[in-house]
Amino acid sequence: MNAFTPSRPLSPTRRGLLATAAGFGLSLQLLGVPALAADAALNRKKLIVVICRGGMDGLSVAPPVGDGEYRSLRGALALNDAALPLDGTFALHPQLSSVHALAEAGEARIVPAVATPDRARSHFEAQDVLETGAAGVYSTSSGWLNRAVETLSAHRKVDALSIGATAPLILRGKVQTASWSPGRGLDTQARLPTLLQDLYRNDPLLGPALARGLATETMAKEATAGLQAAPAMIPKASAAGAPREQAGFVRAAAQQGREAAHNLGASLAGFMREPGGPTVAAISLDGFDSHANQAGLLATRLAYLDAVLDGVHQGLGPDWKDTVVVVATEFGRTARVNGTGGTDHGTASTALLLGGALKPGGIVGDWPTLKQSALYENRDVAPTLDMRGLFKGVLAEHMGVDRAALDRAVFPESVTVKPVPALV
Amino acid sequence: MALADQDMRAAIAATRFGLGAKPGEIAEARKDPQGFLKSQIRRAGADLPPGQAPSSAQRMAAFRDYQRERREVRLERTAATPPAGASGPAMADATPAKPEARDPVKLVGAMLREDISTDFTARTQLAATTDAAFRERWTLFWANHFTVSATKAITGTVVGPFEDEAIRPNVFGRFVDLLGAAESHPAMLTYLDQIQSIGPDSPAAMFQRRGGGRGLAGAGLQPAALRTVGLNENLAREIMELHTVGVGGGYTQADVTEFARAMTGLSIGGQRDAAFGVAVFREQAHEPGPRTIMGVRYDQRGKEQTNAILVDLAAKPQTARFICGKIARHFVADDPPPALVARLEAAWRDSQGDLARVAEALVSAPEAWAPAPQKFKTPYEFIVSSFRAAGGQPQSFQQFGPILTALGQKPFSAPSPKGWPEDAQSWAAPDAIVKRMQFAQAFSAAAVRDRDPKTLAAEALGERLTPETAKAIARAESRPEGFALLLMSPEFQRR
Repeated sequence: MNAFTPSRPLSPTRRGLLATAAGFGLSLQLLGVPALAADAALNRKKLIVVICRGGMDGLSVAPPVGDGEYRSLRGALALNDAALPLDGTFALHPQLSSVHALAEAGEARIVPAVATPDRARSHFEAQDVLETGAAGVYSTSSGWLNRAVETLSAHRKVDALSIGATAPLILRGKVQTASWSPGRGLDTQARLPTLLQDLYRNDPLLGPALARGLATETMAKEATAGLQAAPAMIPKASAAGAPREQAGFVRAAAQQGREAAHNLGASLAGFMREPGGPTVAAISLDGFDSHANQAGLLATRLAYLDAVLDGVHQGLGPDWKDTVVVVATEFGRTARVNGTGGTDHGTASTALLLGGALKPGGIVGDWPTLKQSALYENRDVAPTLDMRGLFKGVLAEHMGVDRAALDRAVFPESVTVKPVPALV
Repeated sequence: MALADQDMRAAIAATRFGLGAKPGEIAEARKDPQGFLKSQIRRAGADLPPGQAPSSAQRMAAFRDYQRERREVRLERTAATPPAGASGPAMADATPAKPEARDPVKLVGAMLREDISTDFTARTQLAATTDAAFRERWTLFWANHFTVSATKAITGTVVGPFEDEAIRPNVFGRFVDLLGAAESHPAMLTYLDQIQSIGPDSPAAMFQRRGGGRGLAGAGLQPAALRTVGLNENLAREIMELHTVGVGGGYTQADVTEFARAMTGLSIGGQRDAAFGVAVFREQAHEPGPRTIMGVRYDQRGKEQTNAILVDLAAKPQTARFICGKIARHFVADDPPPALVARLEAAWRDSQGDLARVAEALVSAPEAWAPAPQKFKTPYEFIVSSFRAAGGQPQSFQQFGPILTALGQKPFSAPSPKGWPEDAQSWAAPDAIVKRMQFAQAFSAAAVRDRDPKTLAAEALGERLTPETAKAIARAESRPEGFALLLMSPEFQRR
């Protein structure tokens, strides 16, 4: 199904037909109003971006068990028999069982060697570049997803929501977006919200934020109906200590964490299913910085990620078929294990694509292999794909953002970065 | 720029430089707003939170003991577990569950939470009550600059002691001393994975490769990890990127790795040692030989090598620029006037990083006194200033811990070594404003009782109180509603 998108202009003949049929003559083209049928299809499209902070280890997310070098590079951290097989080369981490089930149904794909244009191996710089979509650090202060929403808003109503107590950079910018995290709900009897809206009427920061927050709280009642009382945001169980000694603590936290994570994903889905709800959303998970004791730490975090994604999938129900979820991190980690049972900051990592709108297929991008000569600076998985190309591919084909906007406004100075084709 | 009059300067002293005015504080500051702040700068450093906190070494030892006990109980349990298949709901019912307090797994979790909440409550009580709130804000800035976070379980119990031992005594001394104290503290060494970093060509690594196993359990928190021994470059990178020269400071990946090699040996006493939890230098884990970092060769041996590198990093102009920019962003504006940053840099340079002189330069800078508030309060600042406005202090963690978590600033749990963000964009998301409002409602109901919110507003904001807010408070239908309006007013939310 290839819906009309501005990035793939219709032939002049077809354009003419549509315009004539609509009775507007030439004006339709001049105004840039998209064709109505295609517009309806686009209106249903949903995009969710999950940011995993801390530098998520791609070789653990989708271990290349069929790569000849994998076992020797990863030593005790290698996931061979327990990993869930995808193809001859790749598997998924044992904790990503929901993702694996989706992959088997053709609704999840891996992007095994993707990186932002940043090479400094700094979390903070790389996260900035990942979220601003800029060619380099400090050149843009708003998020690319916000600018994508801004572009789309010229054509149709597009609302965006972030889940979490603080708004992630990726959704910050000119367009006021909603944010929500589990809490105790609004006291509808109180006068304070009304009084404050009045007090904030000339406040450019607090005024719009409160109005938006109140609207989202109202929507949350419907969106989260049926879910058990939402717990507070989940503590990170990145406990230090020997895996065996910590196992009980981590297991207990992980169990609670998984339920809460599933709820969080389902809440997000609930918002997106509401009439007038957001069609674009971002959620960020942290705690992926695995310098030491990586095996235990990642098992917990990936189980959490898997539960969030499963919550989104289950929660979206029939809307899943119109959805794409992208899971990305700021950088990958060293191919070799370091001296403390972990890995240090690296370059390329694995991104995940999920959703019913996805076209089934193998890996996205090339696999550079783990041969010593192929490693980036003899240390990291080498990038074969620019993260912006992946985001552009999704925005172009799935959401209908046009190419010119992608190359300039959404991802500044990125004309040479081609959108990855045929993802949906 | 419009210059503020004396009343406005008094209000700014207490709210922008301090932690929000207590009743009477603005009147006190009015006599000499700048002098009021300067008198809070003192060589002896910051105040300590009330109550006698255990040392970090005691805390770490307690953590180790709990872990041991838990391991023993688990072994007992494993021995007593019936074979698989025989267990089931019926069996479980037949065996009364141990009370939660005795469950060692839950016990450790409870202990961690209790240590964190005890320390954080004491720190918040100090912030809520201190007469020297500029001194405390200056201290909180440095605690955030050298973040240690409870996101790693074992460091959770020592964030408070870290602040007390490494940060508080040094906030008005030389930067290089503060840097040295922070980087060599057991909490930092643990948080940023330094304790097991071992030089690949050190005697210890060679011993290990020859099959010597347990001798090096050293810090020993992760025996499984010792199957491979070697470098961990986490602390080295963050010292350069976050604590000194900053990410654009001119270092390369090779410099990070060299620095990590130089720091090998910096660790803490091992699990079986009496010195567990105390910083030690393990000569046998140190990578021998000279190191070259940012073009400078370091021939020193042992820990002197790290010291020499830290001294040089502290003295770099990039460090002064990076940190002075951060100070200006923290105190004055997310996008501070360049003239202010230049002034702070000059004070830093002229005094070779004397932080008392930098603090004086800050309160003397005219750019820092612009009447319009440009900083949006972080959740912690909002909560602390709410207690101060009410003239009270928290009696228990429950009064402020959960709301901080809900607002995204979980106590002692900064999301990364970069610490908490400082900018309005990070904290003014729609959901956060709604949650601040809910806190203000609940807090006001309990806090004001029979006091007049109009008076409290004048005491809390002085000249900064706008006619719009004053009018809204005067029209409130109840005292708590009036006080909640004060706390949520645009001027109280900023500083």
